[in-house]
Amino acid sequence: MWDYSDKLKDHFFNPRNVGEVENPDGVGEVGSLACGDALKLTFKLDGKGRIEDAKFKTFGCASAIATSSVLTEMIKGKTLDEAAKITNKDIANYLGGLPEQKMHCSVMGREALEAAIENYRTGGRKKHELEGNIVCTCFGVTDKEIERVVRENNLTTVEEVTNYCKAGGGCGGCKGQIEKLIEKIQGDRVKQPIPPSPRKPAKLTNIQKIQLIQQTINEQIRPALRADGGNIELIDVDGNKVIVAFRGMCAQCQLAEFTMKDVVEAKLREFVSQDLYVEEDKDSAQQPHNHRG
Amino acid sequence: MKTVYFDNNATTKVAEEVLAEMEPYFCQLYGNPSSMHTFGGQIGTKIRQARKKVAELLGCDPSEIVFTSGGTESDNAAINGILEAAPDRRKVITTRIEHQAVLAVCRELENHGYIIVELAVDKKGRLDLNELQENIDDDTALVTIMYANNETGVIFPIDKIAEIVTSRGIVFHTDAVQAVGKIPLNLSKSRIDLLSLSGHKLHGPKGVGVLYVRKGTRLPPFMLGGHQEGGRRAGTENAPAIIGLGKACELAAKNIKDENDRVKQLRDKLEGAILERCPDARLNGDKYKRLPNTTNISFEYIEGEAILLMLDKFGICASSGSACTSGSLEPSHVLRAMGVPFTAAHGSIRFSLSRYNTEEEVDYTIERLPGIINYLRDLSPFVVK
Repeated sequence: MWDYSDKLKDHFFNPRNVGEVENPDGVGEVGSLACGDALKLTFKLDGKGRIEDAKFKTFGCASAIATSSVLTEMIKGKTLDEAAKITNKDIANYLGGLPEQKMHCSVMGREALEAAIENYRTGGRKKHELEGNIVCTCFGVTDKEIERVVRENNLTTVEEVTNYCKAGGGCGGCKGQIEKLIEKIQGDRVKQPIPPSPRKPAKLTNIQKIQLIQQTINEQIRPALRADGGNIELIDVDGNKVIVAFRGMCAQCQLAEFTMKDVVEAKLREFVSQDLYVEEDKDSAQQPHNHRG
Repeated sequence: MKTVYFDNNATTKVAEEVLAEMEPYFCQLYGNPSSMHTFGGQIGTKIRQARKKVAELLGCDPSEIVFTSGGTESDNAAINGILEAAPDRRKVITTRIEHQAVLAVCRELENHGYIIVELAVDKKGRLDLNELQENIDDDTALVTIMYANNETGVIFPIDKIAEIVTSRGIVFHTDAVQAVGKIPLNLSKSRIDLLSLSGHKLHGPKGVGVLYVRKGTRLPPFMLGGHQEGGRRAGTENAPAIIGLGKACELAAKNIKDENDRVKQLRDKLEGAILERCPDARLNGDKYKRLPNTTNISFEYIEGEAILLMLDKFGICASSGSACTSGSLEPSHVLRAMGVPFTAAHGSIRFSLSRYNTEEEVDYTIERLPGIINYLRDLSPFVVK
């Protein structure tokens, strides 16, 4: 059971300004059915350029609905310049706080507001669009968005970033990149220092190397793939060539920007040796024995 | 406000008769069954009676019952113990829709070099037994497959599966936490080797469970430090809980017909009315091979947590496979394995009934739910009127 504030519960059970403004001046949409929440915000201006009416429609949990409701309350009567200054933190504070894991609802509110203002000003971009490069492929979150929630909310851990914008909450494969983005912005302020890479013996024996490769696959790579119904198996190590097979969902997964092979290679280089390179064993991927449909 | 409890797959009310049975064993009869004096020794008699009642419900010998702290411990002990006893075999077969008490154990084993095969299920949550057949080989140490799924209530053909697995000389374990007490099962007519059950799912107390171990199954001790439970699970017995569980099993045996007649009727009435009155609602899982008390329904375009909180306002308790209710961002692994679209998984609600539910409660819920669904759909940007 979530620890929701009374104000949040009030706005969930008695949401204000539900619906769509007729002939709106600005429309902002964010989220999707697949992501688990979505918000459509519409507003109309009065003669003096102030928001006269604002309405929302939201698909999502109680905090998503309450966040949308307070957002319409907050922006009414404001000029667009004033409204544009509202941050996700302001929305959360107005609600008397949100559970950490629900902070992404407040970010969704801010994004919808921005999209709606943009829509009014330029006529385009009704939908909240992605700027920058995709970091989290599961939820479609870009580096720009991650950097922004980190700055505006003073975040220092990957977990917090996931709570605020969902990035890293799916397969977890992008956690390393999120860590780097946090470090770039927060520098020394990062709460949990990046764990030092495991102590590497001056020279690994073959057995040590193979053990370390297996360990790295077990601890660093498999859990992320598992979360999405996939798997990886170490087939062989031949000198610096590491042969692996992908199973289940991973075997068919086509990521646009990098292949699974590159991800595995990067991890193995980070944790074992810079000289390693990865090859995919296509033959064994066809074997039915570890099939996960 | 009255509480309408439709979340009996999460936990159940302790039956009044069970509580009454347990009560003397806290302050009056608190002795240790291992003691030499009569005061303690008499507790041993009560524990023996409880063991017998559990065995009667399951159709097995009392010596095959090991009391544990619950379903999770039973699952952990069964899986780890069987692998310990067969160090030369490295493969475990399970399903994608197991409870975490099994799935997490298997996935951890994978990190220790075991090959874990997770069998897929079809759209209705059913297994393909040919896929199971094909995966069994000489390297397989254990097959562990749940009796009935906690989220959808779908029942697997466990006796048939046990037959397939054990006829190949492989040990078969089933997590029957959701099945015991709800549907009749008879271990004397089955080839199940190990079975887990939990007290609090059948109107017994929390913190007690059973691992059934068929005679002749090589399962090493999993808790050392005493002779209790035949040396398999050391530690002073949780006497009040064990005695309570015995009573709960006795009651379950008596009520199993009611569970399959009256409770099923109530479930069917609730389910039928919801599907009829709420547009864009769909049933998740096999409609027929299913626990009599469970229904899992997805409501398109709206989100489960919001529905639960609205129901909560009316005192109605249910649960959801939506991402938001668990604090994770991904919806239920069971519904995803069944290929339920994300959109429907986010809006899934499970109602699980018990013999304590009444028709009045079902009617009360039928009256209120369509309004809640319509109300949330009015808020949803995906519903265009």
